[in-house]
Amino acid sequence: MEQVPDPEVPVLSVIDLGIVRDVKIIGDEIEIIITPTYSGCPAMDVISMEIRMILLERGFKKVTVTSILSPAWTTDWMSEAGKEKLRLYGIAPPNPVQTVCDIKLFAEDEAVQCPHCKSYNTKLVSQFGSTACKSLYKCNNCLEPFDYFKCH
Amino acid sequence: LNYTLHLADNALILGQRNAEWTGHGPVLEQDIAISNISLDLIGQARNFYQYAATLINQSTSQSLNRSTEDTLAYLRNEKEFKNCLLVELKKGDWAFTVLRQFLFSTYQFYLYQQLQKSADAMLAAIAEKSLKEVTYHVRWSAEWVIRLGDGTTESNRRITGALHDLWPYTGELTGNAGYETALLAENLAVDLTTLKELWMDKIKEVLHEATLELPQNQWMQTGGKEGNHTEHLGFILAEMQYLQRTYPGVEW
Repeated sequence: MEQVPDPEVPVLSVIDLGIVRDVKIIGDEIEIIITPTYSGCPAMDVISMEIRMILLERGFKKVTVTSILSPAWTTDWMSEAGKEKLRLYGIAPPNPVQTVCDIKLFAEDEAVQCPHCKSYNTKLVSQFGSTACKSLYKCNNCLEPFDYFKCH
Repeated sequence: LNYTLHLADNALILGQRNAEWTGHGPVLEQDIAISNISLDLIGQARNFYQYAATLINQSTSQSLNRSTEDTLAYLRNEKEFKNCLLVELKKGDWAFTVLRQFLFSTYQFYLYQQLQKSADAMLAAIAEKSLKEVTYHVRWSAEWVIRLGDGTTESNRRITGALHDLWPYTGELTGNAGYETALLAENLAVDLTTLKELWMDKIKEVLHEATLELPQNQWMQTGGKEGNHTEHLGFILAEMQYLQRTYPGVEW
């Protein structure tokens, strides 16, 4: 599973993402249980196909990939190694403390560290970025825009 | 089943409606934001449709013409759709879009919060999965309502107009349809009348912040949840279903 990448963020494996919840092996049959990050994440279909391909290559005769919704995925399940890989890739990893989960308005922006110059002097541009899991930030220090893997 | 389809139709139609902004948003970031919201809604709709298809297939022994998420989205007619009228109305201007999103997302937020406790494990799981997404939608849309209401004379004029136009369609959000009432005893559906106060408090808070007045008219347009729609639903379905109906089973 370490070799199955997230098609949108290829430096992360499905293990780094924390979406593989269980593996059941009976003889040469294998079932992988995964959970989607976002309801509408278009990468999920590709991910389950890639899991199937890689296991068939490894000699498993019967591969089932099952998707479950509950308990719901959260960025807390992302591995520390995965967060470091994100940072090196230029995407700010999710902050360890969940700060989004209420509907309070104009809440103070989270302190997000710029993955390029490490400054915390950054500004939220939009809560919605290039994919469902990211929001768009700008660094006030080095002026580079960057993606933040938002808390979820 | 009707309840699951109703939840799915709400999400699908609003998702499809908002997707009309893709490539046409006022600025790139907001174009991406509204498209992201569409994607979340269509994802939720897929989960509900997949569940509905399982329910339909379980209840019939025939192996031909099995239901799938696609047959439910693309091959049902107007009268079979159970979405609220609010979500099918034309996209209007930006003020109309963000205000509708706010009215709807606030409803969906409290709905999913309760639906997580449903005795139906699958509906509860979909609600749990979707709740954080909806939280983002509420925050984003409420901030836009305030920005426009408390903005310029022109933005205030537009959102005041949108509020006037949308208000009569909000009644369906907090009134139970027959199939909802029928499921209450077994704790399968959420009793929408219990959400009314929560919904209204949040709406009042944001409208106040936006310097907008709560409309006083009490008369509400209903019927969507029972399949009686405005003329707008036919057009959006025609556009959405055209390809599947013209080339049945086509894939890409």
